[in-house]
Amino acid sequence: MSKDTSILTLKDVRYRWSGRASFELSVPQFSVNRGETVLLLGESGSGKSTLLSLICGTIIAQNGIVDVGGTDIGALSARERDQFRAEQIGLIFQQFNLLPYATVLDNILLPLRFAKSRRQAVPSPNAMASQLCDELGLPSDVIHARAGTLSVGQQQRVAAARALIGNPPLIIADEPTSALDAATQLTFLKLLFDQSRQHDTTLLMVSHDARLADQFDRVVKMSDVAENKRETT
Amino acid sequence: MMLRLAYGSLIARALTVAMTIIAIALSVALFLGVEKVRTGAKASFADTISGTDLIVGARSGSVQLLLYSVFRIGNATNNLTWESYQDIANRSEVDWIVPISLGDSHRQFRVMGTTSAFFERYKYRSGQSLTMKEGAAMSDLFDTVIGADVAATLGYEIGDPIVVAHGLASFSNHDDQPFRVSGILEKTGTPVDRTVIVSLQAIEAIHVDWQTGARIQGQTTPVDVIRKMDLTPTAITAALVGVKGRFQIFGLQRAINEYTEEPLLAILPGVALQELWQIVGIAETALIGVSGMVVVTALIGMMATIFSSLNERRREMAIYRAMGAKPRVIVSLLVLEAALMAAIGALLGLALLYIGLWLAQPLVDQAFGLWLPIEAPSMREFWVLIGVIIAGAIVSMVPAIRAYRMSVADGMMVRI
Repeated sequence: MSKDTSILTLKDVRYRWSGRASFELSVPQFSVNRGETVLLLGESGSGKSTLLSLICGTIIAQNGIVDVGGTDIGALSARERDQFRAEQIGLIFQQFNLLPYATVLDNILLPLRFAKSRRQAVPSPNAMASQLCDELGLPSDVIHARAGTLSVGQQQRVAAARALIGNPPLIIADEPTSALDAATQLTFLKLLFDQSRQHDTTLLMVSHDARLADQFDRVVKMSDVAENKRETT
Repeated sequence: MMLRLAYGSLIARALTVAMTIIAIALSVALFLGVEKVRTGAKASFADTISGTDLIVGARSGSVQLLLYSVFRIGNATNNLTWESYQDIANRSEVDWIVPISLGDSHRQFRVMGTTSAFFERYKYRSGQSLTMKEGAAMSDLFDTVIGADVAATLGYEIGDPIVVAHGLASFSNHDDQPFRVSGILEKTGTPVDRTVIVSLQAIEAIHVDWQTGARIQGQTTPVDVIRKMDLTPTAITAALVGVKGRFQIFGLQRAINEYTEEPLLAILPGVALQELWQIVGIAETALIGVSGMVVVTALIGMMATIFSSLNERRREMAIYRAMGAKPRVIVSLLVLEAALMAAIGALLGLALLYIGLWLAQPLVDQAFGLWLPIEAPSMREFWVLIGVIIAGAIVSMVPAIRAYRMSVADGMMVRI
């Protein structure tokens, strides 16, 4: 795995939550290649959220290197990390992805507001948002609806469109399908894969649901890449 | 876009936001309303009398003399004898002099005896003269000219009879000598609006059968006999004086104040108005203070609202953070939101003020003789509005800083 083929590399990472229930996560080695679709499987409490926060740079590891697209985000300032996240990573959460009071269009365009290079990659944002909605199988009139009025399945697709716009190199999805029923899950994943391939984006998805495994290029078990310690004082 | 999102977020919390905005709007309206009343009162106060150099009356306080002679509030403790009046009138400095005789009333309005010179000499609002709306000045002994409010309140028209009551709140009427309305004055916004004006002789005429405040038993002098009597008064309440040259004012004032025949007092209306305003001014300051505190309370209320909304909005902030928004953006979003609320509140308050003015203007005018002009916001009012918006933004910094801390701690992973 050379540097130019990997989009994400974690090496000797150790992170420690301080507090009454201290929790330590260490990741000796984990990397994702460009264009790959990776499923990170793990039960709740396995440190998935901490790992994602580390990758997104909202928390900083005490040890080791978190490299995203060739940049060690531990070396960046808080402001630079925010900027970096905006530019490099599209995020999809489990639920409540959207600003419910804003229109679907405003929700999709939101990351462009904070990411200059992603904005430059999209010459006509409104048209792009419509196109993404269309490709993700959303009805065309939905774009001006308030996000809160959409069904959960539709909201997740809007979140996918928001993650995809401006072609960030890495998309991280945190249990994006767990709020969906089985049939919708598959449709959503298929659309997400199609789109991330089409936009030449790497997809790292975190889930506890092993049934989704065969859809991905690679499946990594959380317990294989990370170990965590809990101690209650 | 951020403005649109902030606006959308506000709309989504319409009820609490509306309450906050209404609180701000009411407080702003109250504050501006108090300001309006204050400046209106001050202006209308200073405008009550102009062109008169001195007011002369029996010796009392200058404020008291001003109150009863001009504002028709309270009573004269003493009268000014006709001889003293003549002495003053004959002095070389005096250009003109108008006697005023008070003490009787018609319904809730004061009756003032004077001469026809009053209509020429009494000036208000920097030199404006009284003008007749209908009819003419008194030509007969029992003619009366009434102020605009008197006519409006009592529904009088030219030719209507008026019976003057003795004293101010009394059941004894001068009903054997009814007056006839000969003229109605245009509205002035001064106490003249609320005055029934008769001739000085008429005041004497209706008191022919009276002695020391009571009717002489069984005595009724017929009107035609009264008309033939000498109706020169023995005393008047006060006199308005104009001097020939401005530099003579103080000399004349001193001369009157040192008049040996009778203790008299001459005051400069402008100075007395100032003095009176200083007394009223304390209440004015208190009023501003209270209404200022109401504005502060409303802003603190807004701060509390923003605080209590923070928890339910952690998700919203996490989304912004996930999209790469710096914590600073979250702070500015909250401040923007507060400024927006304050701005809407301030504008709504301004609108409320004008609606209130529009509704209250005739009522306030009628009840207090206070004319509140409806005009474009002054610079001062404009700055008050700007100040409220800025204060709203500053106040919101407190919850915004908390939101900043929360969003730094939460990152983008909020489990709710």
